[in-house]
Amino acid sequence: MVNTKVELCGLPLENPLIPASGTFGYGYEFAEIYDINLLGTFSFKGTTGEPRFGNPTPRIADCPAGMINAVGLQNPGVDAVLAEELPKLAQCFSKPVMANVCGSSVEEYVLVAEKLAKSPQVGWLEVNISCPNVRCGGLAFGTQPENAAEVTRAVKAVAGDKPVIMKLSPNVTDITAIARACEEAGADGLSLINTMLGMRLDLKRRRPIIANTMGGFSGSAIFPVALRMVWQVYEAVSVPIVGMGGVSSAQDVIEMMMAGATAVGIGAANLRDPLICKKIIEQLPAVMAQYGITSLQEITGAAHR
Amino acid sequence: MKETNLTILENQQIAKDVYRMRLQGDTSAITAPGQFINLLLDGYYLRRPISVNDLEGDVVTIIYKALGEGTRAMTAYPAGKELNVLTGLGNGYTLEKSGPRPLLVGGGVGIPPLYLLCRQLLAQGKTPQVVLGYNTQEEIFLAEEFRAMGAEVHVLTADGSCGTKGLVTDGIAGIDGYTYLYTCGPEPMLKAVYNVTKTSGQFSFEERMGCGFGACMGCTCKTKYGSKRICKDGPVLEKEEIVW
Repeated sequence: MVNTKVELCGLPLENPLIPASGTFGYGYEFAEIYDINLLGTFSFKGTTGEPRFGNPTPRIADCPAGMINAVGLQNPGVDAVLAEELPKLAQCFSKPVMANVCGSSVEEYVLVAEKLAKSPQVGWLEVNISCPNVRCGGLAFGTQPENAAEVTRAVKAVAGDKPVIMKLSPNVTDITAIARACEEAGADGLSLINTMLGMRLDLKRRRPIIANTMGGFSGSAIFPVALRMVWQVYEAVSVPIVGMGGVSSAQDVIEMMMAGATAVGIGAANLRDPLICKKIIEQLPAVMAQYGITSLQEITGAAHR
Repeated sequence: MKETNLTILENQQIAKDVYRMRLQGDTSAITAPGQFINLLLDGYYLRRPISVNDLEGDVVTIIYKALGEGTRAMTAYPAGKELNVLTGLGNGYTLEKSGPRPLLVGGGVGIPPLYLLCRQLLAQGKTPQVVLGYNTQEEIFLAEEFRAMGAEVHVLTADGSCGTKGLVTDGIAGIDGYTYLYTCGPEPMLKAVYNVTKTSGQFSFEERMGCGFGACMGCTCKTKYGSKRICKDGPVLEKEEIVW
């Protein structure tokens, strides 16, 4: 018998799988085809203070072993999320959910975080300081250690007892500097990586495919980069890490955990195969057994020892 | 939505760059004409969404144009090959409002989903008028199949190489007394059709998609009633809600 249970910032997870924000909506599209209570939890669509339409289309480009998106944080706004989306989610998901907090000013992060933290359905706040697709804010907070620290402190002050997980961008020279700044400012955990800035061209039109020119590259191609950054951040901080970036199989989950992740986000793979998380959860025990792992909890950071 | 493996029965060229693929398997999630299926291709990350052209028992037919690398690779797939497919995606057309004499307007690869719709309308005793627009003669497909099932068909080509010379709007101008509109085609065509038709109707849109089932917000458009996802809330929108 193998044990897939882990603990993230004091809250238990049945298994380490966490569908990543922006790839899982508010859960119910997936609840149509499997019981999403199988998941450890999931991070819902990034939420801002006001409703956002997002960027013009096309927002999506296919790539070898990955994809580019430039959705631009389309969401109905925090009040509608609390009034409409979370009650709908309660019908198909009975576990604490991870709330993804976005903003284009410190004030907006605080407003959104404060409101979401009060929901009994919310277990963790994941603060997105790394969206490459919005002009002001997002990434601006995630590329300067002092800005990242400022958002962390401000959100922590209104989060009550909800753990605050800062979501980091790979589009920086030294991710460990940002990670340390967040930890020192009181972050309870870190999630990484968000998408990598990328682009594709349409050869016929001789123009970028994405209307917004560039977008966030994700999918299995970025797994080695994500793994490297999780490794580096694990060496730099002591708070738990949600490792993500190109994870597509039970083997990837285990590799990410050995590199230092406590829990593992699954992003683009959900869009390619809506059943991928269910399949990985089903495969985990056999793959664990194959590598002589009896408890997943024990392998976090195993490669560093 | 259902994830399933379908087996290719046939994959044949039917016009310039246009191919018909018939697939067999669990088609139970497909419930309306105008829905689409999303095919996982070898060596490509995202799936390719293709509208349902016809459905008979456990066999679904799609018609696709080899436009990019992915669809070009599809043209070489042999019969017997299995494809992983998400089926029953999108809302599809509804038949209730058609009235006795609905007008069906299709352009290019927007034509295929109108075929199953037309068959179902005929089965209900309706007399659909079908206007099909193509660029040129060598791109014509399905027109004979529409005729064979008993629909009145008007073919137009932009260069006049077959049928009437002109655009679908020229074809619509010659048709009186239609009771409702169903259309699918490139967006400039949809907009032109919107402007020249007088009845209410349903318009099927196309957009680059990420997931195809409503999760990623990659294909969102604005409507009079807020944002809608082409893949999940569409691809069929009611005329009254469209914002150009």
